[in-house]
Parts: sequence; C-alpha cells; structure tokens
Amino acid sequence: MTATDPPRTKAAIAAGEPGYGARAAEIGARYGIVIALVLLCAVLAIASEHFLTTRNILNVLRQSSINGILAIGMTFVILTRGIDLSVGSVVALAGVVAASFASTSATAMVGGGPYPAMLAIIIGIAVGMASGAVSGVVVARFAVPAFVATLGMLSIARGLTLLYSGGRPVPALTPEFRWIGTGDLFGIPMPIVLFGLVFVVAWWVLAFSRFGRQVYAVGGNPHAAKVSGINVRRVRFSVYVISGGLAGLAGMILAARTGSALPQAGVAYELDAIAAVVIGGTSLAGGVGRVTGTLIGALLIGVMNNGLDLMGVTSYYQMVFKGILIVAAVMLDQARHKRE
Amino acid sequence: MSDLLLEVEGLRKSFSGVAALREGRFSLRAGSVHALCGGNGAGKSTFLSIVMGIQERDGGTIRRRGRPVIFGSPKEALANGIAIVEQELSPIPAMTVAENIYLGREPVRWGQINFRAMNRAAQALLDDLGFAIRATDLMMDLSVAKVQLVEIAKALSYDAEVIIMDEPSSALGEHEADQMFDAIRTLKEKGKGIIYVSHRLSEIFDIADSYTVFRDGAYVGSGALANVTRNELIQMVVGRPLTEEFIKENVPGDRPLLEVCGLHAESGVFDVTFEARHGEIIALYGLMGSGRTEIFERLFGLSPDRGGEIRIDGQAVRIASPKDAKRLGLAYVTEDRKGSGLVLTGDVRSNICLAELGKLSRGPAMSTRAEARAARDMIQMFGIKAASDRLDVSGLSGGNQQKVVLAKWFLTEPRILLLDEPTRGVDVGAKREIYRIISEFARNGGAVLLVSSETDEVLGMADRVVVMRGGRVAGEVTRSDMSAETLVHMAA
Repeated sequence: MTATDPPRTKAAIAAGEPGYGARAAEIGARYGIVIALVLLCAVLAIASEHFLTTRNILNVLRQSSINGILAIGMTFVILTRGIDLSVGSVVALAGVVAASFASTSATAMVGGGPYPAMLAIIIGIAVGMASGAVSGVVVARFAVPAFVATLGMLSIARGLTLLYSGGRPVPALTPEFRWIGTGDLFGIPMPIVLFGLVFVVAWWVLAFSRFGRQVYAVGGNPHAAKVSGINVRRVRFSVYVISGGLAGLAGMILAARTGSALPQAGVAYELDAIAAVVIGGTSLAGGVGRVTGTLIGALLIGVMNNGLDLMGVTSYYQMVFKGILIVAAVMLDQARHKRE
Repeated sequence: MSDLLLEVEGLRKSFSGVAALREGRFSLRAGSVHALCGGNGAGKSTFLSIVMGIQERDGGTIRRRGRPVIFGSPKEALANGIAIVEQELSPIPAMTVAENIYLGREPVRWGQINFRAMNRAAQALLDDLGFAIRATDLMMDLSVAKVQLVEIAKALSYDAEVIIMDEPSSALGEHEADQMFDAIRTLKEKGKGIIYVSHRLSEIFDIADSYTVFRDGAYVGSGALANVTRNELIQMVVGRPLTEEFIKENVPGDRPLLEVCGLHAESGVFDVTFEARHGEIIALYGLMGSGRTEIFERLFGLSPDRGGEIRIDGQAVRIASPKDAKRLGLAYVTEDRKGSGLVLTGDVRSNICLAELGKLSRGPAMSTRAEARAARDMIQMFGIKAASDRLDVSGLSGGNQQKVVLAKWFLTEPRILLLDEPTRGVDVGAKREIYRIISEFARNGGAVLLVSSETDEVLGMADRVVVMRGGRVAGEVTRSDMSAETLVHMAA
C-alpha cells in the first residue's frame, strides 16, 4: 500500500496485450483436447508399432463406440442442466430384454422365439426409451433433481434386469442379432457404423434443428426459454428419452458382441459417459457444449486405455489416468472462461 | 484539504489493449453525497472496482484522506473505511439476515458464534436505519427490495467512512427507496461520504449534492448539482445535445385492442379492469408488490387462470401458456433481463431468434439463412452495437442487451407489448432509443402496457395511467391530468 508504481502493474500491462505467448495459450485452451488426442496418438505411434495398424485403430474405435453412444445421449441431458446416472443399468436391462427375444436357448427365450432380430432391436430401444421416459417425467413434471431421479432409475433398472433374467445370462443369441455387434458394413465393424450414425444425427440435431436450439435455450436459461414460448417440460422430458433409447442401443451392441446378455453388464458405464462429455468441454451448468467435443472425449478415453494396454500398463493405472484427464480437462476449460 | 475523504487522479486501466478507463478523476467530501454519472461503458464500474481493490490499476493515484493508497483486495479497502453496496446482490439465502450481515466476522464467545449478540447487533443496526426487517428472518423469505436493504445495512455495519452505492435503488419501489434515502441523509449528517451511482436522474437530483460525469472512460466534468439542470447533465453524459428526453409521437385510436375485465391472478391481483386502445401507451403504475408484474404474468399465460375475461379486438381469448399469448400477438419483455430475458450462454443471433423458432425453420430443421437474415435485420432496426451476431450476448452492455430482448419480441410481429421496467440499468442514450422504438410501435397501431418505477418515464411516455394499489385498480389518470404528485398519492 504505497504510492510507488508496483512491479505488478507492468506485468498487468504485459498480460493485457495479446502477445505470441497469449495467443498460443488461447489456441491451446480452445483446441486443447484435440491437441491432446493428436499428441497422444503421436506418442503411441512412436512407442508402439502396433498402434497405427488398421486392426488396432478399428479396435480402439469399436471399444469406444459403446461409451461414445452413451456419452452422446448424456450430452443432450447435460446440456439441459441434467444428468443421467441410470444409463449403465439401462444398458443391462435393454440387453437382457432384447436378448430374450433373440435367444435360441429354451430356458431363456420368450415363448415362440427366437423372433426376428429387427423386432428384438426395436424392443430393446423401446425398453431404453421407456426407462428414460420415466426419469424424464419425474424430472420434468415433478421437478425432482435429475441426480436423484436417475439415481433411483439406476437402482430400479438394475433390479428389473435381475428380476427379468433371474440373475442368469441370456445366452445363445441368433446370428442375425449378433450382427449388430460382430458384423461389419464395407469392412467397418457394426458398432463403429452405429456410433458414427448416432453421432451424425446428434450433431445435426444439436447444430441445425429446432429441437437443438430449444435444448441449448433450456439449458442456458430455463426461465427465458419458458417466457419465449418454449415448452421447457417437453424438452427436458425428451432428452431423457433420447439418453435412454441410446443406452438401449448400446446395451444390445454389448450383448451382441459377447453373444449373451449379462444382467451385471454396464455397471459404472454412466461414469465413463459423463467423463467423455465433460472432457469434451460440455458444461455441467448447462447450455454450453458440443457433441463433437463428446466424440473427441470418448476417443481420448478409448485411445488412452488402448495405449496403456499396448504398453502393458495394468488397468488399475488406466483409472488413475482417466481421473487425472477429467480434472485436467475441466481445469483447462475454467482457465479459458476466466480469460474471457 | 482535510475534509476530502477520497481523491482520485489520472486513473487508467486497459483490458487486452482496450482502454476501459483513460482518466478517472474524482474527489469526495466528508458529509456529502456525490453522484457518479455516465452511460454504460463510461468506465464507472472499472473505476469503482479499482477503488475497491478488485482490479489493479495501470496508472494514476488514489488518496485516502491525503494518503496515497493501493488496495490489493476488497478486504484492504474495507479496512481503510471504504465499503460498497453492489448492484448485483449476493445473499446467502439459507442464512438469516444477521448471519448475512456479519458473514466472516461473527462475534465469537468461547470458541463458538455468539448468536444472541449477533442478532442483537444486527437488529439494532436495522432499527437504527428504519428498515422494517427482522434480523432472525431467513434471507430467502425476504423480497428483493428487502434483500437490497440488508445489503445496504451490511455495508454500513463496517462503519465505513466512504460508502459506494452502485445502482442501489434498481430493485426498490418508491417506499423502500424513500427509506434508503432517509438512511443516506442520516449518514451524511454523520459526516460520511457517499458515492452514488444511478441512471435515475430524478433520484440523483433528490439525494446528491454534487456530481462527476465520466464518458468513454474519461472524466468530463463535475460540480454542485444546484448549479446544473437536468438537461445539461444529460448532455454531459451523452456527449451531444438532446432535444427531448422522451420520444412520444403516437396518437391513441378509438378502438380497444386489449380489454381486461375483472381479472384475478395468483399472489394477489383482484378484479382488475382496464383497456388499451390501438396506438395507445398505458402505464401500470404502483408500488412494488401492487400486482403490476403479476398482471403481466397472467396476460402472458405464465400463471394459471384465476377468473376474469381477456378480449383482444373484441374477441374473448384464453391464454394458458406463453405459446397462446405469442399466437395472439402479445410480447413480454420481463423485468429481469438476465434472469428471464436472455439466454446468457447463447449468442446474439440465437437470442434474437429464440421466440420465433417455428417461423425460422422448415419442419424440424432450422434455416440458418433465415436466422442470419432475421438477426441482421433486427440488429439494424434497433441499432444494436455488436461486432457480430455470433458474439455472446453476455458481452454486450446493458442497453444493447435490452435491445436484443426487444428485438426477439419484435421478430414475432406483436400487436400488444408488455414492458416491465424496459429501461432499468440502461444508459441515457440507449433509453432514448428504446423510447423511440416504443413510440413507433404505438404509432403503427400497437398497444403498449408499460410498468415502470420511474415516475418521469411514466409521465413522459404514457397516454393513460392505471394506478394499482394492493392488487386492485386504485384509479385511472389521463395524460392531461398526470403529475408525479397525483400518481404517488393514488398509489400509496
């Protein structure tokens, strides 16, 4: 507290004028996760000769696709200031229900089965959407916090899965049903094709559709959205249905890949999905975020797990690194907002 | 020299190379109220945040009772006897009034908070100021106006010598504002210095002794308010001569456009009847809580139907949701720009298009081109100052933000405008443009319902005033019979 010019004044002036360093920092903050993904790939390509093989790349993409599909649904929910903790359980529920329509096992199948794969898939997606609809009604109509409503659904859906399957796997799925997990289209594995399809549709919806505008408005300021004539409840309800439906799809891909639907499938999957969304720069406060960010977030998690696998690092470390990644990504984001 | 509590000279501050403050000059005498005037972007906020130690200066001096000071934090400023009542309220809702006032410096006895002493001290402070607030009430149970009064009490509890008040009356009705002015006068008598920031000129002339004007980040002039007229002050703030403060060129027609008959609404609106003709500007005037905003919420379908009839062009209508209201040609500019007017995470374009997504899309797909065109037209029509319509709306000044809200509603081509405090927190220049927009809308045959706490604005713009008291219509006054005294008398 003296009258002399303190040295920090000079520093402040220097920081105020955008120099080379400041610009680099800005680019780093804006495209941080893309740069991180590219750097990680470059490092892995040098460290392991197996990384840049077609087989491994397809492998990474396939491993990322289930989490990616869940994360895309989660993006819609988080954009409206919500969260969906139930997706892991819905993966299992939709998996066992759909599988029971596509199973050739006499003990597990629904009477008269196996039914055509298409029917089983539609049923699986419907089960997921129905679970989402229940969460959606509880959140949108009864104003229960999303955290609580979907925490309840996490438990309910898991319980229903165990009740429906009797706690036993649903085995011996028909080859037609298994095609969505193990088949390919023009040489690209089906899970990747489906992930890509879901991504393109979600990207279009959020960037170019009326519903997308409404999602951003409801997340950014629900009061303003309401006064502007947007049906806030309907938008809130819809995002949980979307998340549930995509969880249903993911559950069937998982079952189809392994050949049987496990009642304990999908435990803690919601956490990886939320991680991908958050790493992708979507704000938990709602209204800000992109599905392209989520895509990159999901790929970053996938590449990291794959790289650590290739280098023979134990999977316990993968969890530690993933945790660091989540926190670092959000810290980066905060730093950017502060500057703006 | 000794009675100068605060002297500031040559204060400078730039952000990213853009000067927010080029030459801040100010001096505050003990026992005076000094108004700091200037439009949005004049550098007032930057000036105050440097004085309070929130931001660092690039240059210049601040002398506190003759002694040069640099504050590194608001805490240091407080320790040196400078306190601020901020424009944005920051109460902790789940705590009591006393806990909020003494937050972070609670009286402690034997290692635990002495609640009795704290409550007693807080109550004494509130009583002393004449504020009818109980120290043990929870903040969340208080009205916005009372929260504002608590913030004022809190600033005063530091026993500061210099008290900065940044738009302290913006959330207050006439009655609460009077209480606050009484408190300010008491402080003045005690020899304190008050820096008073407000866009409301009549208030400034009411309470302040002297003024300093900033424009474009620099000192323009200062002096005693007794030696300056209202128009001269406006000219200094705006930087160019103003012919008229208000613009009013509409002529009310004969046919009623909106008729409200025996309307009831939630939270205390009873049997309200009035009509607005084509081309007419009607002001709903009343104290806070007199039911003004509640009438708007009912008319816009935001609160449930509790009886009464609404007719538009003679046709009885049902309004159950904002969607109905929009379809019938109503538009509602809410009182709380940030709370319910704008999506602050969105850009200018998305905010302008928000109420008209249906017309700007084909099926489920938005037409990006139509959106861009709509935004461009509106930005031009309202003179919104934004480098690009893709900029975040949060970066605009208050006046431009308000124009974005108006633009959003004009895009829906409304016939009836509901305006709740449309010029709150907006500088004099932008205010005038908003008056122009309102006047033009009415001249083209639309009806305007205006709610304003600024009596001058009501007198300047309205063709007719419906005075509200306790949720009922207390009377109607036509333009020829209007005066500030009649309105205040009828409303109280």
